[in-house]
Amino acid sequence: MYQYDQYDQNLVDTRVAEFRDQVERRLSGELSEDQFKPLRLMNGLYLQLHAYMLRVAIPYGTLDSRQMRMLGHIARNYDRGYGHFTTRQNLQFNWIKLEDTPDILAELATVEMHAIQTSGNCIRNISSDQFAGAAADEITDPRPWAELLRQWSSFHPEFSYLPRKFKIAVIAAKEDRAAMRLHDIGIEIVERDGAHGARVFVGGGMGRTPMIATEIAEFVPLSDLLSYLEACLRVYNRYGRRDNIYKARIKILVHEIGADEYRRQVEEEFVAVKALGIDPPAAEFERIKAFFAPPAFAGDAPDTLDRSDPDFAVWLDQNVKQHKQPGHAIATISLKPAGGIPGDASADQIDLMADLAQRYSFDELRVTHAQNIVLPHVRKADLYAVWQALHEAGLAEANLDLISDIIACPGLDYCSLANARSIPVAQKIAERFADLDRQRELGELKLKISGCINACGHHHAGHIGILGVDKKGLENYQLSFGGSGAEDVSLAKITGPGFSEDGVVDAVEKATDVYLAHREQGERFVDTYRRIGMEPFKEAIYGPA
Amino acid sequence: MKILTGNDLKTGDVVWWTGSGWSRHVEDSADVGEAGEALARQEEAARRVNVPYVIDATATPEGPRPAHIKDRVRALGPTIRPDLTLKPADPSAGNWVI
Ligand code: HEM
Ligand code: SF4
Repeated sequence: MYQYDQYDQNLVDTRVAEFRDQVERRLSGELSEDQFKPLRLMNGLYLQLHAYMLRVAIPYGTLDSRQMRMLGHIARNYDRGYGHFTTRQNLQFNWIKLEDTPDILAELATVEMHAIQTSGNCIRNISSDQFAGAAADEITDPRPWAELLRQWSSFHPEFSYLPRKFKIAVIAAKEDRAAMRLHDIGIEIVERDGAHGARVFVGGGMGRTPMIATEIAEFVPLSDLLSYLEACLRVYNRYGRRDNIYKARIKILVHEIGADEYRRQVEEEFVAVKALGIDPPAAEFERIKAFFAPPAFAGDAPDTLDRSDPDFAVWLDQNVKQHKQPGHAIATISLKPAGGIPGDASADQIDLMADLAQRYSFDELRVTHAQNIVLPHVRKADLYAVWQALHEAGLAEANLDLISDIIACPGLDYCSLANARSIPVAQKIAERFADLDRQRELGELKLKISGCINACGHHHAGHIGILGVDKKGLENYQLSFGGSGAEDVSLAKITGPGFSEDGVVDAVEKATDVYLAHREQGERFVDTYRRIGMEPFKEAIYGPA
Repeated sequence: MKILTGNDLKTGDVVWWTGSGWSRHVEDSADVGEAGEALARQEEAARRVNVPYVIDATATPEGPRPAHIKDRVRALGPTIRPDLTLKPADPSAGNWVI
C-alpha cells in the first residue's frame, strides 16, 4: 500500500488548516454561501437533502485496517453511525455538520486520507480492479500505475478546471472489474513482446449521454504514459465544450470531432509534451511499485478446504474467487443483505471488516465499484473463521453478482439532484428474490438503479437497469436490458414506458421468467437477451402488442 | 399556501420559516404568501441558512404539507431509515412522503 512521504503529508495537512480557516469565515458570516460553495466542494463537502455530505477519497479502492477503522470512528462520532460505499470506490458520510468538518478532515489526515478532488471539474479518484495484486488473471498489479496517476493528477494546476469532471480507471486483466470503458479514460495494461504497455480508451461515460470509450492507442509504452495522458487531457482542456454543461465531457468532444481527429491531435501534442520530461525516471516508478509488493504469503499454505458446513460452502462458491497465490483466496463481503441499503455499513461493521483484514488479509481491504468490500488475501485455511465472523455481523450474504447484489445510488432519500428514490426499489427487488436458491438458479445478473439521469448507479451498464424519473410529480421507473460494464461492455436499451415502484419489481420478475424459459446451456440473463432480443421480454412485460 | 425552506448553515438540517425564525419541523411553517422571495433574500443575506427557497404546500390538520415529494422527503428524513427521520417512533412515517 502506498504511504505518504513528507511532501504528501504536508499537502494534506496544509489543506486541512486552510479549510478550517474557510469554515470559520463561513460560520462567522464573513463568507457568503456563493463564495464558500466552491471552497467546500474542493474538500468533498456537498450540501444534500438533509445535511452536508462528505465524500472521502479511497485511491483505487485500496485501504488498510487503520484507515478503515478511522472511517468507522468518523461514522460513530461525527455521523449517524454508518457510512456509504460508492460506485467510485469512495465513501460518503451523509450527516455531517459543517462545524465538524475541519476536525474530520484533520482526523482523516492522520491516516493519510482526505477528500481532495472528490468533487469539481478535476481528475477525480483513480479507480481500479478491486482484485488488483491478488487476481489470478492479472498480468501485473495495476495499482502502481494508478498511484502514479494519482500523484500526477493531484493538484495538477492545468487540470484543476477542466470543462467537466474527469474519471480514469486502470486495469491489467482481461476480465474488466472496473468498468474501464465507461470512464473518460480507461487504461488496460497489456503485454507485447514481453513488455508492458497501455491500451488507452477515451470518451466513455454514463450520465445523460452514455458512451463506450473508443480505443485511441493500442500500445503506449509505460515510460510514456504520463506524457500521453497529459496530451489527452490537454486536447480535451483546449476544445472541450465549456458553453454547455451537458456537452462538456470528453465523450462529446471525441464524438463530435471523431476519434481519428482526436487521436491525431493527441499524437501531435504528445510530441511536444514528451520533450518536457514529465514522465518519471524508472527509479521513481520502482519506488512506488515497492509499496505494492506482494505480502509475505506462506509458500506452504494448504490449498484444500473443509466444505462440510453447507452455508459456508454456498458463500465459498458465490463470494470467493481464485487468488494468484496457491493456498489463498479473495473474499468479497457483500454489503447487500436482503432488504438492506446497498453500500451502507454501520460503524461496528466497518470496525469488524477492519479487524478481519488485519487478522486475515495482510491488513488490506478494497472497495468495489459494485459497493462491496473485498478481503484480497485470505489464506484458505482461514476462510471459515472469516465467514463465521461475517455471519455473526450480518455480512455473510452469499449473493455476489446475483440479482440481489444491486448497485443503487442514494436517490431521492439523500441526493438533492434526484427525481425518484432508488433504495426502496432495490430493497423490494431483493425481497422479491430473497430465496438464495432461486437467485443462484438465475445466475449472474447485474441489476443497477439510478435516481436520476446522472447515472451514479450505473443503470446504463446493468444487465437490468432501472432509472428513476419524475412523471408529473410522481416517481416513475424506466426499465432497460442488455447493459454491461465488464469486458463485454454494452449500453442497456429501454424496454418501453416506465412503471410505478411496484410495477417495476413485477416487470423485473417477468423478465427473469422469460430468461428462464429461453436460456440455453451456460447462458446468463444478458446472453439470452442478446440472443433473442427485446421482443419476447417486451411481450411478457407489457402484454402482446 | 407558500412556505419557505432552506438548510441550516451550521448543521445542514432542513429548516422551515415560522414567521419569526427557523424550525426543523415543517408543521411550524408559516404561510409566506407573496413575501417569500424577499424573505429568502433577507435570510440569505443574514447568512443563517443556505439556499432558502419558496415552495407550494397544502394546509392540512397536521400542518402544512409540501406539494412536491422531494420536500416531503426533506421534511421527514430518509424514507428507508425510519430511525433517522424526525418521526422515528412512527413506523408508518414513510407513507407520509408518498
Ligand atoms: C449524493 C450526491 C451525489 C451527487 C450530487 C452526484 C452528482 C453526479 C452528477 C452531477 C453526475 C453527472 C456527471 C456528468 O455527466 O458530468 C454524476 C455521475 C456519476 N456519479 Fe454521482 N453524485 C452523487 C453521488 C454518487 C454516488 C453515491 C455514487 C456511487 C454510488 C456516484 C457515482 C457516480 C457515477 C458512477 C457517475 C457516472 C459517471 C459517468 O458519467 O461516467 N455518485 N453524479
Ligand atoms: S444518479 Fe442522480 S439521484 Fe442518484 S446519486 Fe447520482 S445524482 Fe443523485
